[in-house]
Amino acid sequence: MILTAPLAALGRATLALLASIGRVTLFALEALSHILRPPFYAREFAIALLNIGWLSLPVVGLTALFTGGALALQIYAGGARFNAEAVVPQIVAIGMVRELGPVLVGLMIAARVTSSIAAEIATMKVTEQIDALVTLSTHPMKYLTAPRVLAALLVVPALVGVGDVIGIFGGYLVATGSLGFNPAAYLKNTADFLEALDIISSLAKGAVFGFIAALMGCYFGMNSGRGAQGVGRATKGSVEAAAVLILAANFILTGVFFSV
Amino acid sequence: MIELRDVHKAFGDNRVLQGVDLTIRKGSSLVIIGGSGTGKSVALKCILGLIRHDSGQITVDGQDVGTGDRDAFLARFGMLFQGAALFDSLPVWQNVAFRLLRGRLKRPRDEAREIAIEKLRRVGLKPDVADRFPAELSGGMQKRVGLARAIAAEPEIIFFDEPTTGLDPIMAGVINDLIREIVTEMGATAMTITHDMSSVRAIADNVAMLHDGVIKWTGPVAQMDASGDPYLDQFIHGRAEGPIEAVR
Repeated sequence: MILTAPLAALGRATLALLASIGRVTLFALEALSHILRPPFYAREFAIALLNIGWLSLPVVGLTALFTGGALALQIYAGGARFNAEAVVPQIVAIGMVRELGPVLVGLMIAARVTSSIAAEIATMKVTEQIDALVTLSTHPMKYLTAPRVLAALLVVPALVGVGDVIGIFGGYLVATGSLGFNPAAYLKNTADFLEALDIISSLAKGAVFGFIAALMGCYFGMNSGRGAQGVGRATKGSVEAAAVLILAANFILTGVFFSV
Repeated sequence: MIELRDVHKAFGDNRVLQGVDLTIRKGSSLVIIGGSGTGKSVALKCILGLIRHDSGQITVDGQDVGTGDRDAFLARFGMLFQGAALFDSLPVWQNVAFRLLRGRLKRPRDEAREIAIEKLRRVGLKPDVADRFPAELSGGMQKRVGLARAIAAEPEIIFFDEPTTGLDPIMAGVINDLIREIVTEMGATAMTITHDMSSVRAIADNVAMLHDGVIKWTGPVAQMDASGDPYLDQFIHGRAEGPIEAVR
């Protein structure tokens, strides 16, 4: 009995994990089905676009700017060890566009948007607003989840694009301002080095990360427990799940796009 | 007519409803009373399909609540929630006209606003409240807005979940009177859940007492005080001693 207890615990944890994956998958499929079927709530969609896209620009821009600048300094210092300081523009560009841009924007969206969606929907659930929606002949998945997930799916790639450009600009500012790079040469090297696949992968990652971020916010919000503690747990769980899934999805997508 | 026949509902090991039988006649007002956690809200949510009952049958005008067009079914109902459950992100008039701004009951925006203001007036609120947000209103005003939302689409059946909870006695009396007036003038079928005996006397045509997952007593409100039922007697007089176990 004592010997089998750890195995039983492992079995229970595995079953719980598989059940969670199943529930999230069914929730995602239901969300997608509501995105494709009328009625469509244009006002909710427009508000979600504004909240997820426009209002995230400051945090995304600042994160990308500082990361691009730090990246330029690191590459310059590391490259100096084997006389390769000149690769700063290329590595900043590829680093920002392929990896840091989408991942950092994804994580910022998880912190800012996922938490906000989860807290809002969980509060609505606790205060019976979700039940009220149902009694008013409005499907909560269609009214709350579909507009947010669709908005994130469309707008986060745009945020990633903006983040990529600002990140490269941060590297440019540091490289030309304090590392002695020629501005025109820096921009030419950046443009020459980037390929279409780099940009496509960046935007595709943005779409997937946006989908994950909004979906996790809605899932945890809709399934929150009672009271303030339930809202707190839903918010915390949504950000944790979104961050981990974004990093896992990044690994898989990087393999899909760039494995030789 | 709403009928519940041998309705059971459990949450894990907690058997909340254990064979509820209840009839609410068309155009009548039934109040369900009972202690906290006895399943009053669960019974109400089972009728609306917000919670799925485990067994038994629930019908509205002979049609099983789990079958048929769900939107058409829900369009027949209005509900006032315990905490009003107003949507924080929408101004008051859009809360009231929520059903009139979308779905099968959709009206032009101006017309929906006019109806909302008329319903707000009906529950004693001035038109200037229409453009305020729920968070700017007192608890009593929120209940009135919730009541206006419940009646905005002229439903045939209205549910009231603890309509006076959290209100002072005067405001509770105002809400009770409003409910009675509105239900009477609309000719709606009403079902109310409450602990508040003044609400029972103001709102009810009939009373049902839910305890231990079953209906212990049901009858006209006029017969409630002389029922001779020990459970009902203990509840309506608020005694600690009696068949209902009180935790002290």
